[in-house]
Order: sequence, then structure tokens, then C-alpha cells
Amino acid sequence: MNAVVEARRNVRVTLRVNGEQTEVLFAPYKTLLEVLREEMNLTGTKHGCELGECGACAVLLDGVPVLSCLVLAIECEGRSIETVEGLARGSELHPLQAAFADLGGTQCGYCTPGILMTAKALLDKEPDPGRERIREAISGNLCRCTGYLQIYESIEEGARRMREEAK
Amino acid sequence: MSTRKRFDVVGKPRRRVDGRSKVTGLTKFADDVVLPRMLHAKMLRSPHPHARIDAIDVSRAEQHPGVHLVLTGRDFPVSFGIMPVSQDEFPLAPERVRYVGDPVAAVIAKDEQTASEALDLIEVKYTPLQTIATPEEALAHPEARIHEYGEHGNIHRIQAYEFGDVEEALAKSDHVFEDLFFFQGNTHLPIEQHASVAAVDGEGKLTLWSSTQVPHYIHRALARALQVNAAHIRVIACPNGGGFGGKCDLHNHEIVVSRAAMRLGRPVKICLTREEVFYMHRGRHPVLMKFRTGVMNDGKITGMHLQTLLDGGGYGSYGAASTFYTGVLQPVSYELPRFKFDACRTFTNKPPCGPKRGHGTPQPRFGQEVQLDKIAEKLRIDPAELRLNMVAKPNSLTANWLRIGSIGLAECIRRVVDISGWKDKHRKLPEGRGLGLACGAYMSGAGLPIYWNKMPHSGVQLLLDRSGQVTVFCGATEIGQGSDDVLAAIVAEVLGIDAFDVRCVTGDTGLTPIDLGSYSSRVTVMMGNAAIQAAERLREVLAEAAAEHLEVSPERIVLAQGRAFLAEDPGRGISFRETVELAEAKHGTLGSVGSYSPPRAPARYKGGGVGPSPAYSYTACVVEVAVDAATGWITVPRVWIAHDIGRAINPVSVRGQVEGSVYMGLGEALMEEQVFRRLPPKLSGALVHKIPSLLEYKSLTSLDMPEVETVLIEDPDPNCPFGAKEVGQGPLLPVMPAVANAVWDAVGVRIDEVPITPDKVLRALERKAKGENPRVGPESFPAVPYPEPICVAPPWEGGDGNASKEKRKAPARKLEGMAAS
Amino acid sequence: MMRLPWFRHHAPDTLAEAARILAGEGPNAMLIAGGTDLLPNMKRRHQSPSALISLARVEGLKNISNGSGGNGEMRLGAGLTLSDVVHCAAVREKYAGLYQAAAQVATTHLRNMGTLGGNLCLDTRCNYYNQNYEWRKAIDFCMKKDGDICWVATASKRCVAVSSTDTAPALIALGAKVRLFSATGEREVTVADLYNNDGMDYLTRRPDEILTSVLLPAASGWNSSYWKLRRRGAFDFPVLGVAAAVKTASDGTVEEARIALGAVASRPFLVEKAGGLLVGKALTDDAIAEAGALVASRAKPMDNADLDIYWRKGVVSSFVGYALREIRGDDMRVTRLRIARHAL
Repeated sequence: MNAVVEARRNVRVTLRVNGEQTEVLFAPYKTLLEVLREEMNLTGTKHGCELGECGACAVLLDGVPVLSCLVLAIECEGRSIETVEGLARGSELHPLQAAFADLGGTQCGYCTPGILMTAKALLDKEPDPGRERIREAISGNLCRCTGYLQIYESIEEGARRMREEAK
Repeated sequence: MSTRKRFDVVGKPRRRVDGRSKVTGLTKFADDVVLPRMLHAKMLRSPHPHARIDAIDVSRAEQHPGVHLVLTGRDFPVSFGIMPVSQDEFPLAPERVRYVGDPVAAVIAKDEQTASEALDLIEVKYTPLQTIATPEEALAHPEARIHEYGEHGNIHRIQAYEFGDVEEALAKSDHVFEDLFFFQGNTHLPIEQHASVAAVDGEGKLTLWSSTQVPHYIHRALARALQVNAAHIRVIACPNGGGFGGKCDLHNHEIVVSRAAMRLGRPVKICLTREEVFYMHRGRHPVLMKFRTGVMNDGKITGMHLQTLLDGGGYGSYGAASTFYTGVLQPVSYELPRFKFDACRTFTNKPPCGPKRGHGTPQPRFGQEVQLDKIAEKLRIDPAELRLNMVAKPNSLTANWLRIGSIGLAECIRRVVDISGWKDKHRKLPEGRGLGLACGAYMSGAGLPIYWNKMPHSGVQLLLDRSGQVTVFCGATEIGQGSDDVLAAIVAEVLGIDAFDVRCVTGDTGLTPIDLGSYSSRVTVMMGNAAIQAAERLREVLAEAAAEHLEVSPERIVLAQGRAFLAEDPGRGISFRETVELAEAKHGTLGSVGSYSPPRAPARYKGGGVGPSPAYSYTACVVEVAVDAATGWITVPRVWIAHDIGRAINPVSVRGQVEGSVYMGLGEALMEEQVFRRLPPKLSGALVHKIPSLLEYKSLTSLDMPEVETVLIEDPDPNCPFGAKEVGQGPLLPVMPAVANAVWDAVGVRIDEVPITPDKVLRALERKAKGENPRVGPESFPAVPYPEPICVAPPWEGGDGNASKEKRKAPARKLEGMAAS
Repeated sequence: MMRLPWFRHHAPDTLAEAARILAGEGPNAMLIAGGTDLLPNMKRRHQSPSALISLARVEGLKNISNGSGGNGEMRLGAGLTLSDVVHCAAVREKYAGLYQAAAQVATTHLRNMGTLGGNLCLDTRCNYYNQNYEWRKAIDFCMKKDGDICWVATASKRCVAVSSTDTAPALIALGAKVRLFSATGEREVTVADLYNNDGMDYLTRRPDEILTSVLLPAASGWNSSYWKLRRRGAFDFPVLGVAAAVKTASDGTVEEARIALGAVASRPFLVEKAGGLLVGKALTDDAIAEAGALVASRAKPMDNADLDIYWRKGVVSSFVGYALREIRGDDMRVTRLRIARHAL
């Protein structure tokens, strides 16, 4: 076969997603978003443009919020990947998840996983951020339903519950 | 309905029943559906705005490794369209394309990458045709028709109605205000891109999972488009990742994957790219408007003549209804003794427009509310007082024969005036800062379905079993608005259990009774009333069983908090589960159904079916702006809004709908626009969407969103479940005019069009500085060949709701010497 | 879903290895750092490199050396993410203009991914070009990719795509240099000289060179500021970037000044004479207005980005005023909040 087909080989990479090591075989053009959704069936991570223009696909890479649509999966070997599926502890919701569900932080739910992961990264670093910090932190996540205000309230309440738990 | 005053579920702020699944990422949107042996589809779209297809050669694509099937227009002989009167689309264009993005072929392959590669191998020969880019061009060029049907030329719909002699009313008015407004088109922009999966089951029947707001309409239209028995098709509406009206049509790709799955016997998925979502569109029509409004010195309106011109895009979609909606709801907020309404929708070579949040009504509402601000200014009346002085009466009829039930508009105005500090701020803030007020109204569900029938608009089925399990089935569709939550809450309230103890099965034409869908803000009222009926029927059976066991009469039994007990002795009772067991033992398997049809509308004239609703919601909004005089830069620091909800089923969700409407309204007011670009005509015939991306189609980020103070006015409407009216669309309407009015208050310039951008503000400021009319907006209204109007006498002029037999006496007189502004 | 084309992927550990692979692969290979500019472009088939050479694992590209040479200079590795730059206290303290520019690039997520070097090498933008393949086909393409005409200015011999980097104008005003490394050697050029005023051939970096670091001159006596015009508080590329750096004597007299513009040409550029105009004067309202008028005359926005071009040109002097007044010490927080929509 010619060189083009030679180049069209799948790659085998070990990914650590939500603390679990998995060996995955995929086409090297696939972004982390595609590998999570299509190769690992982790469809909790959403997509709205695949060009870095909406924030729906945000996940944490070594604890930092990034857009999985613009991360090459082959560059993720050995790095820690966190998705919305890893947020709850068993069947118990993460305090942020509970607050979003309680306070209207989620309507259609499509931007929610990306915002939850972004908010988690913020609160892991700053347990008691003010409204302005929250506004800035999620300004890379478009939401078409809520007008953002109930999202802020959910993050504030999630932060409060996390601080309570930490006591 | 239960006579108990106290509610356990309704009205309490709660976690919505589907909240947990949304925050865990477990909600299955259409693109999350994965089936064994699934293939993937991509569609080839026209690069020409208007062209004849001479030939399509798919042979190279068919031979591409990994390709399973290539479809073209030949595979789809039957046209379709969401409205029976507009069957003008084809799944894949057989001979003509009408906008850039119109699909012509589809490839089904082992994966998306392969399908995309194969698209490049399809050769299509086109002959470009004359392109119509605007309504003005459509009027000027009746030939080279975009469609062979419609009124004539490139006019899709044209109509005129007159409710009382408006010219006479204007002639007797102290003032006549004449204003032109333009509302630019914009799009829904759900973050979820449309996706569909089609599969044929073991019995050979088709199932379609799709991002749709209207599974029942899709079911009907799909059966027709595929020429398949509807009983062999099941449409499952997955929860939508945002709809806003953009997922209300049957879309090309839904038919394409269905046909492909039937042909191949394997599941086939498609997920549109963002660019393709812009091509699906069906969004807000660009509308040019002309208002002539007669006013007395006290600010009361004597009559209004409204003319609208809609840019419809390349296909009909819901356009026949949209055309009506650019006028019919004008009379429901303020007393309007006489009303004349002319409307015209043209075809253009752009993606079709359709229903977006507020469907056709935000455009004339913008014009009306800005014009009222001008009237208040001229007559030196406070804009809030002006409106309060003429709020429509409850339980009244409008000039065009719409029946208004409850109306909380006055209370909405008083509350926003109060919380915004309006009286201390309006016309009193320093230069560069200002407040604007505007109101809106919307229907709680359209009075008629989109196809003629006498059957219910919503059906609900309940199933109870001895385990205490309650399952509710309804065709209503969860698009983020919380329809599952409303359904569960209403059933739970009636049966006296927790909302989380109700299992919802919704939006599945194979399992659920028909509900017409999540559009026209109809779900809470129609599904809710059907759910109450179903639940009341079961509650009676349960109360009877409990009464028999407790040896009391059934009227004394209360179902609440998971128990059945005596009203006067709550300690004496049994659990809900035991009650169900007793009832099942007594009656056999327990189930019930409920259904709802809206009340008959009083209008009898042809066209009077668009506008009636079981109830209207009302909203008042105050927006504060800061405008920089040197640059025209606009900032919105704060918004106050009061919404007449009737009753909030779940106040958390209701507030979310109000704030989400403010958000979307600010987007439409300040930046969102679906605009197109032509290239120099000597070099190119292109007519392309200027900015089909989430980056360049500007929607507000969190940093652009102001604080919003929301007030809910609760005055239960007797037509509505527990009194609850709509909230999904109405609160959007006043936002755009309130921004425009605030800009006037801040810097004394009128921007009579949206979006209101800083360059327009600066241009108006420059005009103001030169002593010219400090206004930016449309300058002229083209000659539109509106027909002679259908005349209907208003109720107070002896009408009976029918069109009068006699033709109108004389053509419109020219009014000389009238005060016009 | 928008997908990348097929490519080969290299992940070298050292600069030398990266340069060697780059030289060996030839012009069809491309470097990838944060990927936030390149990958969307590849998904839209603006670029279809046969090979990607990742700089993610290359050692030394994330170094920060702050005045280690004793001359007050600062060196920032090109592989630092924009978030790294934003969070670097020394940058914030000494080079406010760079901090303000970096902090306004795209979104938090994209700043966590995108690098300083990547922002400097950002592909020029144009709304006839930054579109999917299918869209570009509908206009029969343009000279920047697959076609032969510029639709923005049909008589133009060159592509007028607009430079959209925020950090470059800030660095030009600060008088910064970049270091370029290749298999054949290493060189330094000023940031201003890194660019050509050509939407296609917009970088003077040779294809075999790797941008490895940014060198900032000593900051003592200097104050700087960056003001960005865009529609929204996040996501958007600049449609105007005004960067200013001013060195003042203790009595407030300007000793040296530089004003640079971004997003109004195919390159970011230093506005000649604008600095000289201010030298020897105090930053009075009059002096600021004069500088504003001169700078505005040099801005040539094209109709290929967001917002009305005449308006964009019309507000340049206001933005110059914002920057210079901030440097003068005026309290610009309210204006900043209105323009940037968040505090900086």
C-alpha cells in the first residue's frame, strides 16, 4: 500500500480519564472530544461548534479547564482527564451538581457539563470566589437558556456547600 | 380540579425532576444515541443561492471505500413542508436549489470523515438563476419565480384585514404618528446542533430519534415524505439542547437518514455542523414595518394601521402563520378601538425563516412600544402612565375578536416602575444614562393546530400499579423549558405525592398520547390541563378506595404527602401505595387518560384562527443603559422585569425562563443578526450567510449579561392549570423596545431598528449635533400590492365576528394637514 | 462534527530535535503548540499539513527568567500559555500592557491552552477566509486559500486579511524582541520586524524557524497599557487594539513613547511619529488628543471583520486616549469595565 494509507494508521494510547486508565485505539486526527464521545462512550461531554467558539466541550486536563475539541487526543497520554462523568461520588452528586439541579443552573442541560467542569476547576483553586470571578471564569461557556444568573447562583451555592463539607 | 387551597408541589421552588440527569451528563440528546452497526451521513449542499441542477454524478462517491449509499433528489419524489399549505421542500433538491446550503445529495458511510471525503467526489452541474436577495427585489422582480406557488411573483403570502374604519379614526384623532421600523433577522442558536438517528427494528418498522420540538408533526410529515404507513414509524424526540423554535420543522436530514436506514437496514446518524444549523435557520423574519397610529391628547389610541413586509427566505416553513403573527397580537395589550393590518411575505434566496421565540410578534411589538415612547414624549406624558391609562380590560374582546381572560399588565407596569426607581430616574439621569420602559404580551398556546382537525391538542395517560408507581405518558417535549417537570408536578399535586415519584415518558409517538409539541408556549396550559383531567380521574378512584377502607364518604378523603387521609383527622389514613393496592383490587388495572382542547375562539372570519389562545401572558420591562457620547458604545448595567405568569408551577424554572428571555432579548436588541453578503455582481453571483459561526454570530457571554431583577405577578387564570400561564416567550418581547427607549432617554437619539449597535448610535448622535433628525432607521417603505382588506366590524361596532359582506367603500383617503410625527 | 484531516504527528523532546524534524519534513509540516488557532483552521481546511510537530514536550519553552542578567530584562518562553503570562506577577507589575493584552485573548479556556508564541504567530483573519470549506466554495474561494482574488478589495494585488493578535501590539509598544531557532542557527528580531503587511505572507519567520522566546527590555520608568475593541467581553478577536508604552521623567515629562496598533492592517505596527509627538511634553489632554488624531490617521480597518469599518476608524482616537490616560494615572476603571466588561 502507498504512504498515504501508511499514514492512516490508528494509534493506541493509554488515557487516564476520571482516574481510570484505559487503552484506546483511534485515528490520530481525533480530538479528545471525539475520543471521549466516540471511542469511550463518554457522551456527557458535549459539542456545539468544534472550533473553540462555545465552551460546551470543556473538560479538565491536569485540573485545568480546556476545550476538548481543540486538544489532540494523542497528546493526552499520561495526563489526567476529568469529565462530567467523574464528578459525582458514586451515586452522590458533587455539591456543584446538586446546586445546579436545585437552583435552575441547568435548563436544557447542554452547556451544563462544560460549565460544571469549569466551575469545579475554579472552586478547587478558589473556594470562595466573588460574583465577578465567577462571571469571568465561565465567560468562555455560552449558555442560550438561562441568561447565566441562575448559573452564578448555583456556583455560589455549590461553593458554599463545598466549604461546609470541608469543615 | 381539587378545591384544596394549599398546594404541596405547585408554587414551591424545587429541583426540577430531570435536573439530576442534566447535571450528570446522563440526559441523552440525539447525538448521544449510539446503536450497533450505526453508519454516518453527511449532506452535500448547494454553493449557489439560486440554480437549476443539470446533472449529478455520484459514481465516484459510491466507489469510495467505506461508502454504503449515496442518495440524491431522485430518491425522494415527494415534497414536504411543515404546514399543509406550504409543501414546497424536498429532502434533497431534485432540480432546483434556492439558497446556499440547500442540500442536493447525501453520503452514508462508515464514519463521518469518510462521508465528508466522499462528498467531494460528487459532481453537480448547475445553471445559476437570477438571485433575489431582499423583499424589495422580490417585489421588483416577479419573474424568475423562486416558487411556482404562492400569491404571485415572488410573494408567498399577502393579506389585509380591517377591524373598523381606521382612516376615519385617524381623521378624528388629535395626532397621527407615522413611523417606520426595521427588525433584522436573527437565529435561535441552540448550543446543540441538530442530530438525528434512524433505525429499522426487528419488525421492519422505522424509529427516528431526533432533536425536535414537535414529534407529532414530524411523525405525520415524515410518513407523508417517505410514503410509509404512519403506524410503522415511531418518532422519539430526544430532550433538546435548546430549541427556541429552531427545531419545529421537519428537516431535510431527518427524512434522509430515515430513508437511508430503511434502504440499508442499519442505523444511520447525522449531526449537523454549526454552519449547517445556520442554514436550517427557520428563525426570526427580517420585517420592515410602517405604523400609522391615531392618538388623542390624553394619549389614548384611536386606531392603528400597521403594514409589514417579511423576508421569508427560500421556503414556506411556518411563514403563512408568521405573516399573521406580525400583526394579530397587537391589540391584546392596550385598548385599540380600530385596527388595520396589511402583511406580505416574500421569497428570497436565503435560508428559510420561521418561528423563533415570540414567532412574528417581537417585530411589531418593537415598533409599537417604541412608537408609544415617542407618543409619550410628544404629549409630555410619562410612558408608564400612558400605558397604564389604556391597558386592555380583563375578560374582554379585542378589535380583531381575540378573547382576553386575565390580564396582569397594569400590575406588571406598576411593579417595574416601583423596583426600578423609574420615577426618580426616567428623564432625570445625567446625560449618557437612561431608562426605557416597554411591555409585551404573548399567547399561552395557539388556539389551532397547524393542520385542521377536531381532536385534542394534548393527551395525557396515567398508569398506576400496586407498587405505588405512577407513570405519566405525554407527547410533550422537553427542550429545556421544564415540560417534564411541569407534567410531574401537576400529577403529583393532584395525587398528593412527590414530583420525584412520578415517572415521565414523553415525546415518543410510539408510546405517548399526542401532544402537538413544544411551540407557541402551549405546553404548560394544554398538557397541564390534560394532566389534571387524567390525574383527577384517578384521584377519584383512589379516594373512593381509601374511603371504603376507612369507612367514610369519599369527599372526606384528602390525598397529600404520599397518603390518603381524612380531611378533619389527618392521623386517620393509609399510605398512597396501600391506597393504590385497594383501588387495583377493586377496579382492576389502574389507568386514566385526560385531554385538552382550547376553547372555541369567537372570531368567525377567515384567518381568525391565528391569534386566539386560552390565555395571554403579559410582561413589563425597564432597561437601564449607559451610552458613551464619543463612541456610541452601549452598556446595559441593569434590567427590571415583571411577568404576569398566572401562577408559577415551579418558580425556579419560571425565573429561569424570564431571565433567559431577557438574555436573548438583549442579544436581539444589541448584536444578534442573521445577515447575508453579496459579492460584486460583475464578478460573482454569490449570496452567502455573512457569519455562520458561534464566534461571529454574536450572542451575549456571561460578561455581557447584566443583573436582572425579576418579579412574578401571580393572578391565576381560570383557563389554565392551577392558573399557570406561559413564560417561555412573552418576557422576551419588551426587552428590545425597552433598550431602544432607554437609548433615547440616555442621549436623545432614536434607533428605530435592531440590532442597536454603537455605530448606529454614533451616526444618530452626529445627526443630532448637526441639528438633523436624530434618528437611524428605515427611510422608506416600498409599494406593496396589498389587497383590498377583509373587513370585520369590532365587537363594539355591532360585529358578530364574521367578515362583512360588503366591500370597503373607497380606497384609503389621503389625509391632509394631519399632525404627523 | 468538524474534524481534522489526517496527518502524521511528531512529539520531540528537545528544540534541536524539533528543528531537525521541521527542516526534514519541509514546508508541508507545521508546528503545533496550543493548537487553538491551527486546529480550527485545519478543521476548516485552511491548512492541511502532512505532519504536525508538537512543541508540547519540548523542554525550555516554558521558562521565565526575570532580570537574571542584572539588566532588568525579562525573558518569557514562547510555550508559556497565555494564562501563565496573565498569572505571572512580574508581567502584571512591570508590563501592564502585555498583561492586559494577554488577559483579553479569547476566553479562559483558550488562554489555558493557547501560548504566547502561538498568539504572536496567529494566522491573519478575514470573514471571507475564516469559514468552512463549503462556504468558501460558495464564493469560489479567495487568494489566501484556494482562490485568486481578494473579495475585500477586489483590485488588491495582496491579501488584506487582518492581523488579530492582541499580544503583538502590546509587545511592540514595549519594544520587545523574539528569538527564532532553526537547525541552522538562532537569531533575534524585534516583534515589529516579525511581521509583513501581507495577509498571506504575514510573518518574517522562515518556515524552518521556531519562535522560542520573547525578550522584554527593562521596564523601569515605563508604563504601558492595552485597550481592545471587540463586541463582547470574551471570545472575540480584536477589531482594534491600541497599545501604548510611555517612559516619563519624575516631573511627568515624556522621555520616550511608543504607540502600536493591532487589527487595523495585515500586521501589528508601531505608529511612527506618534511617540515622538509626545516626547518632551507632559501627557496633557491636548497632547493626548494630538497623538490620538495622528494614530487614527494610520488605522486602515477593512470590511472583513466585525463592526462597521467607518465607526471602527472613528473610535481609534478615543481608544488612544483611554490608553494614554490610563498611563497618565487617570482612574479608568469605569471605562475599562464598559469596554472590556471586566476589571483589568
